[in-house]
Amino acid sequence: MRGPPTENPMQFMLMNYETAAERDRRDDPATAPAYWGAWTAYIGALVGAGVFVSGNGLQPTHTATTVRMTGGKRQVQDGPFADTHEHLAGYSIVEVASLDEALEWAARAPCASAGSVEVRPVLPPPPAQ
Amino acid sequence: MSDAAQAAERVARECYGRLVALLAWQWRDLAAAEDALSEAFAAALRTWPVQGLPTSPEAWLMAAAKRRLLHEARHTRLTRNPNVTALFDDDTAAPTTEAVPDVRLRLMFVCAHPALAENVRAPLMLQAVLGLDAQAIASAFLVSPTAMAQRLVRAKAKIREAGLRFDPPEARELPGRLAAVLEAIYAAYTLGRQGPDTPAGDLREEALFLAHLIVQLLPAQAEAQGLLALLLHAEARRGAQFDSGGRFVPLAAQDPAVWNAALIDEAEAALWAASRLRQPGAFQIEAAIQSAHAQRRATGQTPWHAIAQLYASLAQHHPGLGARTGYAVALAETGDSASAMAVLDGLPPEAVAAYAPYWVARAHVMRLAQAPGRAEALQRAIGLTEDLRLRDFLATQGG
Repeated sequence: MRGPPTENPMQFMLMNYETAAERDRRDDPATAPAYWGAWTAYIGALVGAGVFVSGNGLQPTHTATTVRMTGGKRQVQDGPFADTHEHLAGYSIVEVASLDEALEWAARAPCASAGSVEVRPVLPPPPAQ
Repeated sequence: MSDAAQAAERVARECYGRLVALLAWQWRDLAAAEDALSEAFAAALRTWPVQGLPTSPEAWLMAAAKRRLLHEARHTRLTRNPNVTALFDDDTAAPTTEAVPDVRLRLMFVCAHPALAENVRAPLMLQAVLGLDAQAIASAFLVSPTAMAQRLVRAKAKIREAGLRFDPPEARELPGRLAAVLEAIYAAYTLGRQGPDTPAGDLREEALFLAHLIVQLLPAQAEAQGLLALLLHAEARRGAQFDSGGRFVPLAAQDPAVWNAALIDEAEAALWAASRLRQPGAFQIEAAIQSAHAQRRATGQTPWHAIAQLYASLAQHHPGLGARTGYAVALAETGDSASAMAVLDGLPPEAVAAYAPYWVARAHVMRLAQAPGRAEALQRAIGLTEDLRLRDFLATQGG
């Protein structure tokens, strides 16, 4: 039996993008408490509302390494896949009833005011063979 | 930008709603009226730079849009339709400013038709009457632009296909539809307040304009007066809500001298007019609560007992999370923290799980009651708050 609040629960990934200035707030002693406080509160609210499935923050993009196979050969490159103004800083998977509800949670993410949040439905598993 | 483009933009801003309302009224088809009007604007941008600005750009656009509608009608052989032939009769008539507000409002009443899905009524009014595009409306309602566009298209198809009556609602229908219109105006004002940089920035002024208009047209509707009073009270405090550094200032910390006295007087007059009509309603109670807060300007005191009574009445007749949360805060302010906590604890947990004002109120009541658990409630409130300025304010309340 399914609980009453969500009729057809769907999972969405909320991809949290930050600008470089926002990311730097992580490490600046003057801004770090506010930065982490906001994220802790946000994740706490997701958990408290019972919609949080999983999620993680990511190390900054200078730690990224990108791999691709070209003509059977490995190509390993320093840095992220694409050099953009905003970088993926973390993600959460939420289970909610609709896209509208997922957008509400996305708007509350601290990086929604200092970057953006991309919301995508999680692909359901392929049908059993 | 060329003069012609500037003129077209100005006319679009000033009379889009009027023009589309008039056309939709004559044509009974909102979607067709909007298409014809956008074609007319495109034609204006082509011809005005060459031929010069017409003496009345509004009349020019109206005539161009009508020609477009007639052309379409001939194409689809609808010319025997009396609505179409009526267009021939007054083809040269420029829209008169007198009939205009009435038409805008009547179109809003069509958008409030009970046959239309509830979640499309307010967006449809914003699009039809204020000329906002689907993208801006989607942002304001936090819905994906594709989904909002689909909702609007479906609603307009229904208006056309189901032949929704464009007549003013009859007296017995009026209260039901008026409620939806007032809700939409209130939603437009609230959305407009959420920040000057949203695409919905002008919504605030439009909402105030419509609230005034509806009172002029339906002066005997107490809830219309109540809504006007509520919006004017909110507007009076707009300048006090953020300090010079852009930091949020809660109502209790605002200096009443910063409030706009003229707007408060106007709000009080509207509320007085409403009370004489003896038709109680939710907007009037909410306006009365704001009126009570405004008393601090004269007396230096907030009458919390009176406010608690008003919230009790609101929660009884128009139950909702907002009313009961407000009731709890007012009770706590009168010193009755135990009852306040009982009210908050009585709300269904799944309903308040994602409702930020509840957690703000809970943290506040717990502070007044010196009860444990305040920090957790404050954390929940911060995590649920979208507005950065509000979140920053809540974060300073931890000590």
